[in-house]
Amino acid sequence: MTDVKVKKEFSIGAFMGSILRHQIFIPAAALVILLLINLVGDFFKDSSFFTISLLHNSAGNPVLSGNLISVLDFGSELAILAIGMTLVTAATGGQDISVGATIAIAGSVVLRIVCGADGVAYSVSPGTLILAFGAACVVAMICGAFNGVLVAIFRIQPMIATLILFTAGRSIASWINGGALPRVNAESFTYFAGFIPGIPIPTPFFVAVGCIIIIAIVLKVTNLGLYTQAVGINESSSKLNGINPVSIKILSFVILGLCVAVCGLLKVSRASGITYSVIAKDIEMDAILAVALGGNALSGGKFNMTASIMGAYVIQMLTTTLYRFEVEPDALPAYKAIVVIVLVVISAPTVREKAKSLWTKMTKGQKKVKEVA
Amino acid sequence: MGNANKVTLQQKKSGLTDANLLLIITIVVFFVMYASAMAFLGEGFLKAQTLFDMLNNNAALIIVSCGMSLVMICGGIDISVGGVVALVSMCSGIFIEYKGGNIYGALAVSIAIGLAFGIVQGYLVAYLNIQPFIVSLAGMFFAKGMTTIVSSDLESSTFNVMNEAFVKIKDIDIIIPFLGYTNKHGKYMDAHIEIGVIVAIVIVVLLFCVLRWSKLGRNFYAVGGNMQSALMLGINVRRTKFLSHIMCSLLAGIGGFVYFLHIGSGSPSHASGMEMNAIASSIIGGTMLTGGVGNIIGTFFGVLSLSTIQNIVSSLGLGEAWWTGITIAAMLCLFLVVQSIIMSRQKIMLAVRNFFNRRKN
Repeated sequence: MTDVKVKKEFSIGAFMGSILRHQIFIPAAALVILLLINLVGDFFKDSSFFTISLLHNSAGNPVLSGNLISVLDFGSELAILAIGMTLVTAATGGQDISVGATIAIAGSVVLRIVCGADGVAYSVSPGTLILAFGAACVVAMICGAFNGVLVAIFRIQPMIATLILFTAGRSIASWINGGALPRVNAESFTYFAGFIPGIPIPTPFFVAVGCIIIIAIVLKVTNLGLYTQAVGINESSSKLNGINPVSIKILSFVILGLCVAVCGLLKVSRASGITYSVIAKDIEMDAILAVALGGNALSGGKFNMTASIMGAYVIQMLTTTLYRFEVEPDALPAYKAIVVIVLVVISAPTVREKAKSLWTKMTKGQKKVKEVA
Repeated sequence: MGNANKVTLQQKKSGLTDANLLLIITIVVFFVMYASAMAFLGEGFLKAQTLFDMLNNNAALIIVSCGMSLVMICGGIDISVGGVVALVSMCSGIFIEYKGGNIYGALAVSIAIGLAFGIVQGYLVAYLNIQPFIVSLAGMFFAKGMTTIVSSDLESSTFNVMNEAFVKIKDIDIIIPFLGYTNKHGKYMDAHIEIGVIVAIVIVVLLFCVLRWSKLGRNFYAVGGNMQSALMLGINVRRTKFLSHIMCSLLAGIGGFVYFLHIGSGSPSHASGMEMNAIASSIIGGTMLTGGVGNIIGTFFGVLSLSTIQNIVSSLGLGEAWWTGITIAAMLCLFLVVQSIIMSRQKIMLAVRNFFNRRKN
């Protein structure tokens, strides 16, 4: 009997260890902690964090509303960006800090084509919309390729190479529309970021799920994931194995460009217009944090896409939670920073090792005590 | 291997290292740019005061960029500097205007804030091995959020500091003889610089000496160039990294105070984007993010080049706001590509030489 018991305990310990070591553990633990905080917060607040109510919007369509729905809604852009950012991080060992500025460019292109020279559009035909989105995709991919060429061919550090578009992006976006602020007054344009009549779930969620499914299929069917990791882990040995690191790096930036174009469409659809200095502000930081929170090494190499996407939703959850506790929007970063530091410190290998040795010491001590007793 | 030996031999012969070449390019570009602005745009650029105004407006940026170069030479990066400058100028403003503090107290507050940021970030980076980018990203978030939180009790988050003693010190102008100009009304104006410029120049000279001749400075280069071999040489890598982050944040604190002294007001929107300007200046000045290469004098000229471009754009009459962003980015792009070509030029030259040798054979 006792033998069996000991064995069982041992296996539980190993199981716990494998969970702790798994990459998903960090974002999952963060998610659980956030949910617990909200659960505790429910006792102090009139409304529960978890209520989801079915309302009707001004057009009479059924819409779901609630904090959890808004996490799914506003987290979509971040999740889409996290996909591309994970690939770039894995392949180049650096991050693209120009995504916010490139979103401004893509959004500006969409509005330029939808609104034309007048700067105002009252109706949007599907043809125009497809053309606009296609143009935005092309422009964003060119921006991505520009970053990719600087990184892969000229061997400039990714953060610095993308600093160029980071500085110029919003200026270029405002130049595309000649400094005007075009507006779209057509209801059909808001479907992308709002609700399609008859469906109570916000559309961005479907867009994000679509992107996630596409990337899952791509990673499953093609060698993209393997090649990206190979280039990130050791560039020269991957070259010796017949992979072209230059094209893989550029490809990862181009994929990020596609993600950026989708985000640009969502962002301008949300606002029905554009404000160049505000659109997608600081989103690059959130996207990088999503990748880091997913436990991916920011120095490149192995990546876990699921963890990154989870990281994105965790960050959105954090934002929503902070809003719920009536934190000022401008003060939000301070709290976010504390959370980030805590998470990063917990997940740092050095800290983990120290904690591990401390843990073994403690348990050993306990065992000794038991033996003595 | 043979090729690598050849390259090192060549480098010794030419006596011009890549780092020096980058520095020379930066300085030459600045002078060419300024001279052509003088030649073609005339007027404003012919006045010595334009140059001094550039220094006056960018004294804080020079100090902050010096810190940035330091940490970049050591192989790290610190993007929290802009946030620290904003926080320091806000805290100093509140300290003087609402808490009745004097200017020395404000300076102490600035240095304390800078040191606090440096110690926390340095510890996380050096002793816990967390990526400097993520740590300083959190630092930036924290500083920007704190700037808002600190100012949330005030009736208006943007305020001018009216304290007499402060305004007196803020308005001190150091007059440079013989370089004055006559204004539109025929009145002779003295060329002048602010205290901040003196502070900035002292810091530039001091850091140049430290990096060039002190043991600590050489350690920075060694750690940034190759951490493994620095460790083999018996350098305390962790402490060196720790110190580089402390010095960077400390300089950001001093830079924030100089910024406050120049602008004389507090606002949460102050110094936004300063970290990117500082990184850009360091790069234009020939510092490489990979570490081990860089020069404070180059950074100084990097800041000047950046502000010369801005001046040229505005005096060309390209009034639309977007031109500044686009030209700075174009310049940054140019410098980065040139740097990249210089760093790989030996490979190219080697290829060319091999090609000719093969012909001869």
